[in-house]
Amino acid sequence: MSDKVLMKGNEAIAEAAIKAGCRHYFGYPITPQTEIAAYMAKRMPKIGGTFLQAESEIAAINMVYGVAGAGYRVMTSSSSPGISLKLEGISYIAGADLPALIVNVQRGGPGLGGIQPSQSDYYQATKGGGHGDYHLIVYAPASVQEMADYTIKAFEVSDKYRVPAMLLADGTMGQMMEPVSLPDVPVVEVDKPWAVRGTGKARPHNIINSLYLNPETLEKTNFERFERYRLIEENECLYEEYMTEDADVIVVAFGIAARISKNAVVEARKRGLKVGMLRPITLWPFPNKPLRKLADTAKGFVSVELSMGQMIDDVRLATECKRPVSLCNRTGGMIPTPEQVLESIEKMLKEVE
Amino acid sequence: MADYKYKRITLFAGHYGSGKTNIAVNFALRMRAEGKAVKIADLDIVNPYFRTKDSMRELSEAGVELISPSFANTNVDLPALPQEVYSIFHHPDTYAVLDVGGDDRGAYALGRYTPYILEEGDYEMIYVANFYRPLTTTVEDTIEVMREIESACGIRFTSIINNSNLGNITTADTINATIDRADRLSAMTGLPLIFTTVVDTEGVNAPNLMKLNLQEKYFDIKEN
Repeated sequence: MSDKVLMKGNEAIAEAAIKAGCRHYFGYPITPQTEIAAYMAKRMPKIGGTFLQAESEIAAINMVYGVAGAGYRVMTSSSSPGISLKLEGISYIAGADLPALIVNVQRGGPGLGGIQPSQSDYYQATKGGGHGDYHLIVYAPASVQEMADYTIKAFEVSDKYRVPAMLLADGTMGQMMEPVSLPDVPVVEVDKPWAVRGTGKARPHNIINSLYLNPETLEKTNFERFERYRLIEENECLYEEYMTEDADVIVVAFGIAARISKNAVVEARKRGLKVGMLRPITLWPFPNKPLRKLADTAKGFVSVELSMGQMIDDVRLATECKRPVSLCNRTGGMIPTPEQVLESIEKMLKEVE
Repeated sequence: MADYKYKRITLFAGHYGSGKTNIAVNFALRMRAEGKAVKIADLDIVNPYFRTKDSMRELSEAGVELISPSFANTNVDLPALPQEVYSIFHHPDTYAVLDVGGDDRGAYALGRYTPYILEEGDYEMIYVANFYRPLTTTVEDTIEVMREIESACGIRFTSIINNSNLGNITTADTINATIDRADRLSAMTGLPLIFTTVVDTEGVNAPNLMKLNLQEKYFDIKEN
């Protein structure tokens, strides 16, 4: 009958990566994403892939750097404190223009924080995190199905632009179980003439490198990279609009916060309130254009986040501060309820009336 | 479930995420409802989420004694088991339900109690099967997981419960599509299939249905 299976978000990421042709996983365990590593440990040996539990997060990301340089689909995963450790390597991968997938199943922070869900690594994921002029393409799935779908998408887009991608989930998305259908994706072998995997004495050596001591050359590589970023902003931005057309108040939320907010929007509509939602699916590139457009018709915005308010900055920038933007949030591993979101919506409606 | 004769100790083991905890809690509550003195012990030291302790209120209201790691639900990842587990073997007049962690990794922790369980002899070791879990969709893969668990804890399974489901989209057809596999698993392992779990019995074509009450959720996300 159905081709559906019941999976945890973490497992869906792992299986989808395998479907996408990823045969190399390097990681180090940390709650709440350890199931990704556990799943890979079981599956990779059976399909001729490599699972390696590295001695640390730093070692794991540098193994990713190596395999990415050889031109193979490769990934690592961790949770907030572990991603902080990986940032140096991520910057090097971005600087060397290599495709790779980094998964962050966020937990509360800062520091060692806790093991409950959070979205407080938004700045880290979208504003660099590591050093230097670079971006990651950041996907924010909001269901177990999307955990699978955007893992596959992330590999494809990362390969296409030679830019590392991040899947930014949270502890809830990682741990919750939902029915999911895993697509049989035809694995497209992307031509990677830059890859370091032997010259066969037929061509000059390829060099994978992020060191450019000549400032003119470094500036040139950054200009070239940002030209690709411009193309990504133009072509790869994803978002979902829900009942926004006639809405006076727009809720902006991603991931688990969007799942909760949707319930609040439905309840608001039942009460006759004109409320809609914009859910960014890519956090970078951020859906600036649709938000700017909504600022012409809507009267106010509510940013719902599992943090002290990070995405709210991007909502303000996108709407060019034309409309008031309020924050509805919980943090440290706490989750806002639909009722709390509804209260914030009603408060904003009063403010803009 | 009327005909089922409870053993003194009932153990639930199986693949990670197959629904062991939920069934263990249901089992303990049923035993209690039949007037038995019941203890339930959470032996999961692998997964810090979805614990027996999530049903603490329900269990204590019913008068089931919960033995749970001191660190359960405190968000501290500490793999320690409480000494109270041993009370199970010192009170032979009490029925006990043991909720074992998932896979072989979760079953290692059971090993330290294996000599007591085998010596006592009056036990049922139940494999909880969900053919919709991605690593156990086939009978062969399921048997592999069963053997891994048996090697890890040193106790052989004595029966099977078919808990195949797709979460909140489960229908009678969802369950009916797994009945062949459950029967084949039973035939190939020589173990009786004692129950098929359902939330709603209508349209499910299997004998010995066990109606489950689902554990309270932390919060419920409605699908719109």
